[in-house]
Amino acid sequence: MAEQTAPRTLGTGPGRVLIAVYGIFALSASGRAVVQIASKFTEAPLAYLLSAIAAAVYIVATVALAKGGETWRRVALVSCSIELAGVLAVGLLTVFDAAAFPDDTVWTDFGRGYGYVPLILPVIGLLWPRHAGKRRTAA
Amino acid sequence: MPVNGALSGLVIGLSLLVGVWALVEALRDRAPGRGHLIGLGLVEVALIALLISAAVAASGGDRPASAVTFLGYVVTIICLPPLGYVLAKLEPTRWGSVIILVVCLTVPVLVLRLQQTWQVVTSG
Repeated sequence: MAEQTAPRTLGTGPGRVLIAVYGIFALSASGRAVVQIASKFTEAPLAYLLSAIAAAVYIVATVALAKGGETWRRVALVSCSIELAGVLAVGLLTVFDAAAFPDDTVWTDFGRGYGYVPLILPVIGLLWPRHAGKRRTAA
Repeated sequence: MPVNGALSGLVIGLSLLVGVWALVEALRDRAPGRGHLIGLGLVEVALIALLISAAVAASGGDRPASAVTFLGYVVTIICLPPLGYVLAKLEPTRWGSVIILVVCLTVPVLVLRLQQTWQVVTSG
């Protein structure tokens, strides 16, 4: 019984809202990365490569949250951790060494251009699977 | 500037209206009803109308500064109402209403960004 509900709890209820928000970010980050790389890659290769990596991480996190189950739950935790590390590292870099990032990424200034959601999202993404896990064992 | 006209006002207004309605339903612990889904559909139709008018204006010479950037936003924005629709249908609880709320708050933000990509050209 617990095995059957396991994949469900991660991606249902509040989890589905999380999937929606991650999906929106996966979409807009991919859009941004494609535009930047297609139109002006040589201007700021590091920033644009980072945009592409950020987009990939959001896509993986979205899929992992939607799929659920033990394996995908681990994938979700890893991708959300990368995301948190990314937004913190890029946030710090853009604040202290703006020259390294001549153009914006999703994570620039801790995601200021996106209402700081990129900073909050991975934290929720890391906490939610734990919470959903507790809910499962309680049920 | 077609993206600054009445149509984008309509998209923003409609989207916020559906969003507030979804918020009310979420607070009342209710799943989104047919009306919300139809509302999302109307937002999508208004969006498509807006983008067609932008395309017509662009073919007439009034173009955004960076067509690629504009297209990037167009692709993102056009996917949002269907995304909300699918996820909200999968989640027939109050959280489905929250999903619609999130989507309906994101659409106006993206329309504003869309306007910014167009404004660059008229000023420069």
